[in-house]
Amino acid sequence: MSNQPYHHELDCKGLNCPLPILKTNKHVKTLQSGEILKIETTDIGSINDLQSWSKQTENEFISYSEDEGVYTFLIKKT
Amino acid sequence: MKQPKRMALIASKGTLDWAYPPFILASTAAAMNMEVGAFFTFYGLTLLNKKIDAKVAPQTNPAMPMKMPFGSQGFQNMEWPIPNILANNIPGYETMATSFMKKTFANKGVATIEELRDACLDSGVKMIGCQMTMDVFGFKAEQFVRGVDIGGAATFLEFASEADITLFV
Repeated sequence: MSNQPYHHELDCKGLNCPLPILKTNKHVKTLQSGEILKIETTDIGSINDLQSWSKQTENEFISYSEDEGVYTFLIKKT
Repeated sequence: MKQPKRMALIASKGTLDWAYPPFILASTAAAMNMEVGAFFTFYGLTLLNKKIDAKVAPQTNPAMPMKMPFGSQGFQNMEWPIPNILANNIPGYETMATSFMKKTFANKGVATIEELRDACLDSGVKMIGCQMTMDVFGFKAEQFVRGVDIGGAATFLEFASEADITLFV
């Protein structure tokens, strides 16, 4: 997981629903197709929400991991 | 490209707590590539005002947990059972409860209503003000944020008739 490369980072730590989704959506719009965004959150709801968002917007949800209350996601723009 | 999903909402309440669901759902649906229309009627109309002055009304929400937005985590997690007889009669109680709720929301990283509404407007959420309620309560289109359409039940129903999700808040 930690050695998976990514192109951009988005810090959503401390934010609550629906801000991580709104910020992710805004950020992904600025990416080129194929680029990978790393997102960090602290709200547990984002685990399900980011997967639902990825599915609905047809972006690729690559991975998710947790470390001491911080959730890290990798999403690839399709 | 496939036809986008569509969500149609009715926002009928103007208190701070009930201002959240329509704007959270509308901004998130728009972020999920849905086409969103929100019809603001009765007290929901006040959410279209340029300046939102929504308050919580603890008297009408007896189950509302009353919490303090300051002090240690343990203190903040405590619930303060305020009987309705008091909540109804203490002058300024509503204003205090409103400022506590805003502070708690900010502490928890929740967006303000204005931020969520801006997100809705920026992402093309179609907002419709109910013309009948505007007439009844004396609202003018000029007092609303930019981009609000004015219409009635038929305007909403035409949009909602093609919707995948329809909610009344």
